[in-house]
Amino acid sequence: MQVALFFVFATLAVAGAVNLLVQRAPINAALSLVAVMGALAVLYLLLGAEFIAFVQILVYAGAIMVLFVFVIMLLNAQPDPSSHRSRVARVIGIPVLVLLVVEFCGFLATQFANAPVRMGEYISSTEELGTALFRRYLLPFEVTSVLFLVGLIGAVLLAARREDPPVADRDAPSVTRKSPGELVIR
Amino acid sequence: MIPLSYYLILSAILFCLGVAGFIIKTDVITVFISIELMLNGVNLSFVAFSHFLRDIGGNIFVFFVMVVAAAEASVGLAIIVAVYRNRTTLNVDKMNLLKL
Repeated sequence: MQVALFFVFATLAVAGAVNLLVQRAPINAALSLVAVMGALAVLYLLLGAEFIAFVQILVYAGAIMVLFVFVIMLLNAQPDPSSHRSRVARVIGIPVLVLLVVEFCGFLATQFANAPVRMGEYISSTEELGTALFRRYLLPFEVTSVLFLVGLIGAVLLAARREDPPVADRDAPSVTRKSPGELVIR
Repeated sequence: MIPLSYYLILSAILFCLGVAGFIIKTDVITVFISIELMLNGVNLSFVAFSHFLRDIGGNIFVFFVMVVAAAEASVGLAIIVAVYRNRTTLNVDKMNLLKL
């Protein structure tokens, strides 16, 4: 049962990742990544990491990918026309990629062939995770909140429009701001 | 029973596909999505090792990776919006303002 579930969702994840590579439109790539994340959440559940599985769905597929899709819609990102300039990259790159995958698989299959612990015995409960997070890893947790604050400020600063055109009507004296601190009244 | 190596192989495949997407795609948003795919592949191997070594630290690491990915996505997408506003393109080959 577990093996069948693993293979079904592993195939789904790899198919989604390959689809991400094949598709040209960014929205299709984003939706394939959502499929990969859903499949990975099931694999996390198989590994007994229930909290990580649900956070994967809620935060990753829910929040981060919505941000991606929102930006894709906002910028009206079209499928990019294929560039035929790098034919060498296509001829050499795909065999190198396959070689890399085969190399990784061979190494991992030989090194971790007989891992001692069996599946389905260990559940990393949310309670245990919370205890570890707020006792042993309390300082990284607090540093992370500072990181989030910096990220929030940076995102607002970068994405905010700098100069707003005056929206006042023609007759009223409009106040425009040429540079910070300098007001021009017509 | 699923061996640990299956999870690690799947993680390696996802990571390699993410690297390939990062290299061959010319759309800056798709490049960004490929980075997320790489992070997901690494997360899978963290959770697998956490399960097999019976250590909660792997799950904590995945949690922090997700947090950093969220911050990175917000800042990165803001940068993409700012670049698009200035250059009106999403193609990484045309973002060559700093090129000599």
